[in-house]
Amino acid sequence: MLRLQNINTYYGDIHVLKNVSLHVAEGEIVALIGANGAGKTTILNTICGITPAASGSILYGGDDITQLPPDRIVHKGIAQVPEGRQIFPPLTVIDHLQLGAYIRYRTDGKDAIAQDIERMLILFPRLRERQHQYAGTLSGGEQQMLAIARALMSRPRVLLLDEPSMGLAPLVVQDIFTTIARLRDEQRTTVLLVEQNAKAALNCADRGYVVETGKIMLEGTAQELRENHEVQRAYLGRQKRPIWE
Amino acid sequence: MSELSQIVQFLCTGVTIGSIYAMVGMGFTMIYNATGIINFAQGEFVMLGGLIMVSLTSSAHIPMPLGFFITVICVMLIGALFERCAIYPLKKPSVLTLIIITLAGSIIAKGVAMLVWGKQTYSLPHFSGDTPLIIAGAAILPQTLWILGILCCVVYGLSLFFNRTMLGKAMRACAVNPIAASLIGINVRYMVLLSFALSAALGAVAGICITPMLLMEFDRGALLGLKGFCAAALGGLGHSGGAVVAGLLIGIFESFGSGYLSSAYKDAIALIVLLAVLLLRPSGLFGSVEQNKLKDF
Repeated sequence: MLRLQNINTYYGDIHVLKNVSLHVAEGEIVALIGANGAGKTTILNTICGITPAASGSILYGGDDITQLPPDRIVHKGIAQVPEGRQIFPPLTVIDHLQLGAYIRYRTDGKDAIAQDIERMLILFPRLRERQHQYAGTLSGGEQQMLAIARALMSRPRVLLLDEPSMGLAPLVVQDIFTTIARLRDEQRTTVLLVEQNAKAALNCADRGYVVETGKIMLEGTAQELRENHEVQRAYLGRQKRPIWE
Repeated sequence: MSELSQIVQFLCTGVTIGSIYAMVGMGFTMIYNATGIINFAQGEFVMLGGLIMVSLTSSAHIPMPLGFFITVICVMLIGALFERCAIYPLKKPSVLTLIIITLAGSIIAKGVAMLVWGKQTYSLPHFSGDTPLIIAGAAILPQTLWILGILCCVVYGLSLFFNRTMLGKAMRACAVNPIAASLIGINVRYMVLLSFALSAALGAVAGICITPMLLMEFDRGALLGLKGFCAAALGGLGHSGGAVVAGLLIGIFESFGSGYLSSAYKDAIALIVLLAVLLLRPSGLFGSVEQNKLKDF
């Protein structure tokens, strides 16, 4: 469904992504795990057009979307929940949900959007309690839910999630991962997930990639990665090595 | 003239000219929010509004209401054209580059206006006669009421637009966080175009309203733009309600200042008020200090 081939991305002179290739099949949850600064977020930003690739290609259902601007890519059906949530503090929760459906506003009409807003409020009951509040007054977890709901309002076929667990309480993290799995099961939403919390990500995902210094180091099913010794040592903190080794 | 009627008179004059500053200030705010730049061509929209209206109604004999409408549309198109020709083609320009471009735009607009309309001063008939109403001993022109009414309509209309419509909310989202806005499918460049068109329309409305009272010529724009900028900065850049209040305040100060001190200081007063407020409260009357730290300019 989504396929990256030999993607190279630069920030100025800095070569951030080096020949990254990966693919995500329809209805799959794929996790990108890796340390801080490994280039995971850049992979997502390259897919959605914020930091366009210098070379390589991104194919989406047969179309080449490598050089499209971000808003066109959303129109194609790829929505990103950006790192750090990026909500609009002076707008209300309902405003966010309406704006999430911005691209469907002309085609689908108000009723369909109102129904979808209702579905989001069922999916995230906390947002219903807060629906008329300004988004800047929400707690971190609520803002994260809002960011996910906003992205879902565009009815994406592929959802790119950047660090959904960042800065959240463990219970809320569990909630969010349950929601992600439910979205996949109920609506066949394809998910590409970037996460530092490798344990939570691999428990929820079908497959995963390990990213290190801008390269894909390892790929496999979530099961394989969970059992891989290197992954266990570096990201799951299971096997301790003596320090002198 | 009694003391009271004099005060009422000054107040009315101040509110009238203040309403114009308020509209120009809102124009600045709108473009500032969408792009982070100060559009120094803002005053030229006011001048163009006035002069196009003069040509349409006095030379082409189009009735006032229709002329008003056509003028606003024309200036909107000029604003949009300016954005598409001068701002849009640049790839990743710095804020300073853009500001200098708007200065260039303003000089070009002034030059073209001089070629088209010449150097003479033009006037428009008042919207509904110029027999003053006597209130508390002060003579108030009906045009004052028109201007106030139009300012109220503009403020109310804009608040409806920004709070109720999808497009308005999308513009606000772009102002707050352009990257996040583009990630939900909003075309940020289109919103910038729209903000130029809207703020040109605001300038045109201000120009049409003020021409019957203050007359209009090709180089009036710069000073009106400067006063409008004072209003926008005083209100806390990026805060359109603040720009309205600050615009009215500057107008009132100016009118009392020229009444009680000397009318020679009229133009200096706006700048003195601006300097004083910026020294004491650099974020403007309504801006917050935290927000200010996030601004590019």
